[in-house]
Amino acid sequence: MARIEIDGRFYDVQDNTNVLSTCLSLGMDLPYFCWHPAMGSVGACRQCAVIQYKDAEDTRGRLVMACMTPVMNDMRLSISSEQARRFRSDNIELLMTNHPHDCPVCEEGGECHLQDMTVMTGHTFRRYRGSKRTHNNQNLGPFINHEMNRCIACYRCVRFYNDYAGGHDLQVLGVHNNVYFGRFEDGTLENEFSGNLVEVCPTGVFTDKTFSAHYARKWDLQTAPSICVHCGLGCNTAPGERYGELRRIINRYHGAVNGYFLCDRGRFGYGFVNSSKRILKPRIDNQPIIAIETAESHFRKLLNAAKSTIGIGSPRASLEANFALRELVGEENFFLGLNDTEHTLLNTIIDLMRHGGIHSPSLREIEQADAVLILGEDVTHSAPRLALSIRQALRNASFAMAQTMHIPLWQDAAIRQLRGNVQSPLFIASICATRLDDVATNTYHGSPENVARLGFAIAHCLDDSTPAPFALSTSEQSLASSIASRLKQAKRPLVVSGTSCSCLAVIQAAYNIAKAIPSKDKQLTFTVPECNSVGLTIMGGKRLQQAFERIDNGLTDNVIILENDLYRRASHKAVDLFLETAAHVSVIDSLENKTTEKAQLLLPAATFAESEGTLVNNEGRAQRYFPVYPATEAARGSWQWLTSVMEDPHWQHHDALTSACATTLPGLATLIQSASVTEDAIAGSKIPRQPHRYSGRTAMHANIKVSEPGPAHDLETPFAFSMEGATTHAPPALLPVIWAPGWNSNQAINKFQEEISGHLRDGDTGIRLIEASGELPWFDDIPTAFEPEPGLWRITPLPNIFGSEELSQQSPSIRERQPLVCILLNPMDAETLAVGTGDPIEIREFAGATTLTIHAQIEHTLPRGLVGVTTGLPEFQSLQAWTQITLKKANPELQDLSEVPL
Amino acid sequence: MEKPLTKNIQPDRAFATLADYESTGGYLGMRKAITDLQPKEVQQWVKDAGLRGRGGAGFSTGLKWSLVPMDADAPQVRYLVVNADEMEPGTFKDRLLLEKDPHQLIEGIIIAAYAIQATMAYIFLRGEYHLAAQRLAYALLEARSKGYLGKHVLDSGFSLEIVLHTSAGRYICGEETALLNALEGKRATPRAKPPFPLISGLWGKPTVVNNVETLCNVPHILQYGVEWYQGLARCVDKGTKLFGASGRVKYPGLWELPMGTSIREIIEEHAGGMRDGYKLRGFLPGGASTDFLLPEHLDVGMEFDAIAKAGSRMGTGNIIVLDDKTCPVQMVLNLEQFFAQESCGWCTPCRDGLPWTVTLLKDIIAGKGRLEDLDRLAGLTRMLGPGNTFCALAPGAMEPLQSALKYFREDFERYIVGHYDEVGVV
Repeated sequence: MARIEIDGRFYDVQDNTNVLSTCLSLGMDLPYFCWHPAMGSVGACRQCAVIQYKDAEDTRGRLVMACMTPVMNDMRLSISSEQARRFRSDNIELLMTNHPHDCPVCEEGGECHLQDMTVMTGHTFRRYRGSKRTHNNQNLGPFINHEMNRCIACYRCVRFYNDYAGGHDLQVLGVHNNVYFGRFEDGTLENEFSGNLVEVCPTGVFTDKTFSAHYARKWDLQTAPSICVHCGLGCNTAPGERYGELRRIINRYHGAVNGYFLCDRGRFGYGFVNSSKRILKPRIDNQPIIAIETAESHFRKLLNAAKSTIGIGSPRASLEANFALRELVGEENFFLGLNDTEHTLLNTIIDLMRHGGIHSPSLREIEQADAVLILGEDVTHSAPRLALSIRQALRNASFAMAQTMHIPLWQDAAIRQLRGNVQSPLFIASICATRLDDVATNTYHGSPENVARLGFAIAHCLDDSTPAPFALSTSEQSLASSIASRLKQAKRPLVVSGTSCSCLAVIQAAYNIAKAIPSKDKQLTFTVPECNSVGLTIMGGKRLQQAFERIDNGLTDNVIILENDLYRRASHKAVDLFLETAAHVSVIDSLENKTTEKAQLLLPAATFAESEGTLVNNEGRAQRYFPVYPATEAARGSWQWLTSVMEDPHWQHHDALTSACATTLPGLATLIQSASVTEDAIAGSKIPRQPHRYSGRTAMHANIKVSEPGPAHDLETPFAFSMEGATTHAPPALLPVIWAPGWNSNQAINKFQEEISGHLRDGDTGIRLIEASGELPWFDDIPTAFEPEPGLWRITPLPNIFGSEELSQQSPSIRERQPLVCILLNPMDAETLAVGTGDPIEIREFAGATTLTIHAQIEHTLPRGLVGVTTGLPEFQSLQAWTQITLKKANPELQDLSEVPL
Repeated sequence: MEKPLTKNIQPDRAFATLADYESTGGYLGMRKAITDLQPKEVQQWVKDAGLRGRGGAGFSTGLKWSLVPMDADAPQVRYLVVNADEMEPGTFKDRLLLEKDPHQLIEGIIIAAYAIQATMAYIFLRGEYHLAAQRLAYALLEARSKGYLGKHVLDSGFSLEIVLHTSAGRYICGEETALLNALEGKRATPRAKPPFPLISGLWGKPTVVNNVETLCNVPHILQYGVEWYQGLARCVDKGTKLFGASGRVKYPGLWELPMGTSIREIIEEHAGGMRDGYKLRGFLPGGASTDFLLPEHLDVGMEFDAIAKAGSRMGTGNIIVLDDKTCPVQMVLNLEQFFAQESCGWCTPCRDGLPWTVTLLKDIIAGKGRLEDLDRLAGLTRMLGPGNTFCALAPGAMEPLQSALKYFREDFERYIVGHYDEVGVV
């Protein structure tokens, strides 16, 4: 701690940081550009100048850059001295010499950090008479607009893109006042976190291209706190709506989960909400019906008439929706909607999280790890935001070195200079090359069995009482022992695994390793495929195949399917049979898919943007999302469809459902803390979803009806679909829009944190449902090594950030980034088959029926005997994961997929 | 008068080969250092000799070396980097030393590397110095063949490799931390200090960066001793230095003279005074980024503190002379255009302030200036002053401008007032 004096007042502050960060933590206004709370200081923009005095007698002082000045005990500073104010104002004037006066047509306008800082410094009059330099703009792909004339050269974009996110294709080009931030030529930004440029850029150089297509000012967007639904990490988001259309998603700060950044799938995946595939009207036997009541009564009629009804839940539906279904059909008739493999893997993961005795870390905690082992995952594709955190963890070795050299940890450039020498170790064992290989200490590629075997060998090297795999190659053995020794040395080692390679042994090996690591502060984390995979599994229920059996046995005639496209989870034949055998099939979902086509009763579900619910992320953290705007037409939250036909009126409200869920299910008992969020948070007045500058309210619907419709009522959440209400008493975690006087951009977050980059005041959102305890025995079911069989290949699904997730697949911008539809082959396998990249190849199931003809692509790191396909692409839905197939070079005439009988 | 730095530069030969160099006692200083002295002793000798850096800042060379962490738990890898990126307008002293007597530099490098126990040294050479590059490369081969470089120099426990790197060429590479970035293959943007290169320099390792001329002094200190070296100068600063003069003097050139030699002696005796028909109006004493001085300052000696007292800096010691027929405003514009062009673009005041300076000067010269533009220019010289910018480039660029505004204000006003009335510029 240090005692410092700023403008005559004394403060007790942390002494391990810089003056800028301290002033902002104290709630003061001090302008800055190049500094970013997650990226530290580099001293480039010279905007945060303050006066530092030598001692109590010094009256002149010295101008210093706050971001580059360490806090020291007894230091005397002035923000408000005339000299410092003048410098800051003159500095902005210099930045502005080349900045266009295009605020009215700039998409950053109204949430522009440059605007805010300019107003803050008081620079109002332009003395520069010269012309402005101009630049060409580039096409950077489907996500990001580029308008270089607005650039004030703060260097944040390249520092984020290259230094923080590991990108390579965005560079500083040119020199002096002609510096240019772009690619060497037009082209799509390759990094999976490019969308953060929109928020990192302090002005309108990088803006959201998908938002441009239906732009509205920040103050005209209706917003509510939300949770990303596109993977299992539960990043916090702030979606914005206008005119009943979801317009964009931006990051919502969470001190333990996503911090300041999202991945591109999370930011741009929202397009599905506005998709033409949305189901907005109920359908009975494929006939659209208008009245909700008709659909409801039909739904009730089916339930009453049924001999017995089963419910199939979903890992992408909220806890409340799944729970409502479980209550409606009864525990014995509730099926999780996971196939055998998913069910086994997820249950094992939950068991390990609960009883394995190893801490399941948040992303923030992951960033503290000083050695990382990834077993069987390409995290950039399966849990993208996690990859960004792992990149940050690798800096811990250079932080440790900096400390010995007395270099402050916030001195970003100086620390990165050390990075050339030291990096915390990262080991990746995966099926083939991953997007983190560029920073990996060592990589290993093998079939899931071989990855698991390496894992068991590492565990054995750490603790020889664990079972060891037999017949390991010398190179595998020596790799295992070198990984083990690095993990042993680490203070906070982290093991990452997950469900991506559908292999139980991989998960078990990861546990053995984590258990065998001696450090007390070790961590074990698993990626899971969907936004509520963990919540659904904690809830508990039977497997999908058991549901199939129930229908097959004729024990049940009525099926309710909740937000689940069964064709993604089981063979087409099995699902067809199931849906055809069942007398009645009711489906509640938001987007059309193969399962909804087969529904006799189809009920339109609201998406995350139009309804509320709780999701549990891979860490075991339950988090709430709230409707951003009322569902249109007949769409309603799935939980509302389900409770509408239930007898007990008590459950007609969402909070009641949450609390029933907590009291009924022991695994979810702590959820009770979030059950009364509505009453607690608002203390009398609701939180407005519309900012206080929301415009056009009275005229928005004038083309339909002249009189202004009243706002929709929200009985379920602390929020109002209105400008009215108060945000003053709301905890920051419940603020729809981050705004403070003078701070219109998202940088206003510093006004709501306990300290810069710390927790939100009044706490971050979410309740951790699981804390590690106990210990489980060693797993000893070690698979035998995978041996390719001549003439046979195994279908190997490989997750892709832009192709694999069901909902974001329907987002137009994401679809533009979807990987090529092709199969990956090891070069030697390709040679055996006499095919090269681009050649058509015919896939036959083992039984012999032709299933698919598709182009081949050579992947050098893919092991022999495996055929890589992108997980979740509709084109591959007919292929069962891990089944054996035969391949044959196809007739080049038959290159078009549509010509091939499926 | 002894001229240790230039004794091997003779009109009858292109440059001094190894044999030439050794015939006048070359490499004896190195032998003495490596055979007879401990690294710390070498540091002490150079410190005692009073050698100050010849790149412009004038920091004590021996002191710099002594600050390198060398105890047992310090990083064992250290680097010596030679700043041979001589790009200061009006300065050409290192070029002479590099082209004419490359072994003198190599010997200096070996001694300096020995003093800080660096096993790797880099010469960062200005890209345009093709001839120097050729001759250095040749001299390095000669030195290696004699066992002065490589493993076990002179069969001692000390080993050294020297790598010659020719720059891709930017003025900012002369800034030592930008030089290090350029050497690492990064953009030539200066680094924040602290941490200083002595703590975290090239590849994050302790690094000493010395100027060419500085290192050329070192062999002689070792060979002839501290007292001899101190006796060379005429003032508190020690040794000799290459002083130069350019502009409309009779004999523009470069001369090795004792520290403390008066500017009058350099301009009037060695450079032969002004060309016929020209009068001395002022001069930049040490390169383009130093303040103008006036004829009244001619008797100031070329020593760091005396020139600072007169209101300028000794810089590189290469004088640029302003005559009475050259417009100081246009001269300043020429310089500011250079600095604006060479700004690396990292910090705001330099990147955006220098182009504004250029715009204002151009406007003034084009008759579009206003009297308040002079206040704006003066404001910019303060705005871009020391401490306000990330490195010393912009403050250096402001030195000729601020002193021109002080000494030649009427020249600026003449452009403005004359036209202001005439065309009624608003």
